[in-house]
Amino acid sequence: MSQAEDKFDSIIVGAGPAGSACAYTLAKAGKNVLLIERGDTPGAKNVTGGRIYTYALEMLEPGLYAEAALERRVTHEQIMLLGGERAITVDFHQPGFNAGDQAPMSFTILRAVFDEWLAAKAEEAGAIVACGIKVDRLIEQEGRIVGVVAGEDEMYADVVIAADGVNSLMAQEAGLIKDIAAKNVGVGVKEVIELPEQTISERFNLRTDEGAARMLLGCTEGIHGGGFLYTNKQSISLGCVFTPEEVARHRKSVQEIFQDLKMHPAIAPLIADGESIEYSAHLVSEAGFRGIHPRLYREGFLMVGDAAGFVVNTGYSIRGIDLAIVSGIAAAKAIIAAAENIALAGPNYMQELNRLKLMPTMKATDGYFEVLETPWLYDKIPNLANDVMEKLFKVDGETPSGVKENVLGAIKANGLSIWQLTKLGIKGVRSL
Amino acid sequence: MIARLSAPELLSKNKFNVDEEEAHIIIDKAICARCGEKACLYICPAVLYKLDKNGEMSFDYAGCLECGTCRVMCKDKGIVKWGYPRGTFGVNYRCG
Repeated sequence: MSQAEDKFDSIIVGAGPAGSACAYTLAKAGKNVLLIERGDTPGAKNVTGGRIYTYALEMLEPGLYAEAALERRVTHEQIMLLGGERAITVDFHQPGFNAGDQAPMSFTILRAVFDEWLAAKAEEAGAIVACGIKVDRLIEQEGRIVGVVAGEDEMYADVVIAADGVNSLMAQEAGLIKDIAAKNVGVGVKEVIELPEQTISERFNLRTDEGAARMLLGCTEGIHGGGFLYTNKQSISLGCVFTPEEVARHRKSVQEIFQDLKMHPAIAPLIADGESIEYSAHLVSEAGFRGIHPRLYREGFLMVGDAAGFVVNTGYSIRGIDLAIVSGIAAAKAIIAAAENIALAGPNYMQELNRLKLMPTMKATDGYFEVLETPWLYDKIPNLANDVMEKLFKVDGETPSGVKENVLGAIKANGLSIWQLTKLGIKGVRSL
Repeated sequence: MIARLSAPELLSKNKFNVDEEEAHIIIDKAICARCGEKACLYICPAVLYKLDKNGEMSFDYAGCLECGTCRVMCKDKGIVKWGYPRGTFGVNYRCG
């Protein structure tokens, strides 16, 4: 095939939310788009904890969420602190997040299902979706990226968009990023456990389509990280994220630590009698704003989604899918606006990322990184909280000690000082 | 009831299309033998890096979840080749 025949306006590598959102927007604008996915189907290689914030889908097209392959709308935001066999659960319910006349704020989600749906939308809009094809390398001509090679095939485009995820081999090949630094990522593992819809609703005190999103602290044996639990329609996604460098020092397998979590007395009843239907793992960028790669484009090449480092982790919520979709839209708009001079696509992209509030969002949450660096946040703090609760609720006929005494005693027993906690508080207030 | 599952039990829940002709990750056991940390033993979610009876590193790419953690953590570069499986091969998540 000649180069002219195989030339597209844009080639997108990776049919995750970023790639498909980009393909959808470009195709709607009449662009000739090729979306390449190495999985058998879009989503076959992708993993999430579980949730999507709906505003991003609304940005892609208002009302689109109503037909999207989503699980339950999140009505209950929960935080769980584990300390030994004990657990404290905070459950926040705000009906306003899901008021009747607007799109619910977020939904739980399974990526193999969702990504396939979104790629199909891009295809419907006119993009060519090619699955089961792994892009091997980029084609560079006179300092510009002009296409990709997959096996024997060469395909050309004005712009190649790297939407190939956290471990972006495309961006590395383009020379825009180096190998990922271990300190900047977490390794996440997840089990999807099937249960009847009604059982899930009962166990989490939910109505039919309501869902819970739960962050867990104190389940990583002190390793920087945490757990998550999301209720899907007919399954529960339970998982855990760990800083791999600390796992290596701790010398216990992430799989084992995760199985311990499953058996925790406060977790086991929630998943009891469930059938495990999948075990997955994925890397997640943990560095937030400072993890965004300094250069997100070069001539003929843009990076979107996880490949660009767009993940926000505040400790109580984790965002990636929404940022991926927004960055995909931003890239598409940048390319459309650069129709006259494609060299402007990169600079346009940076402007769009600001205009669509993606960069400001990342920047605003930068301070969380330092707070989350606090080493004793992952075992001593949740244990301390449980110690205080235990003393508070314990009645055994003995003369009770005062609350102040209890708290001070618990702080000391956990090897902490008021000074350390005050410093963390100040750091927290300053950076958040 | 809920049961603890071993790594092979967990992997048996997944759908894999194993590429019998081409390994996407290859290790050099001689380099691994000299590695002090051996982080891969603990950080691979599928527990595919193992020491055999003689203390030699072994790796089975068939159950790989393609997370990339070993690539990021391999200090002494005993992983001499790391790539994704060829198109359509490897893990096929149905939930994700």
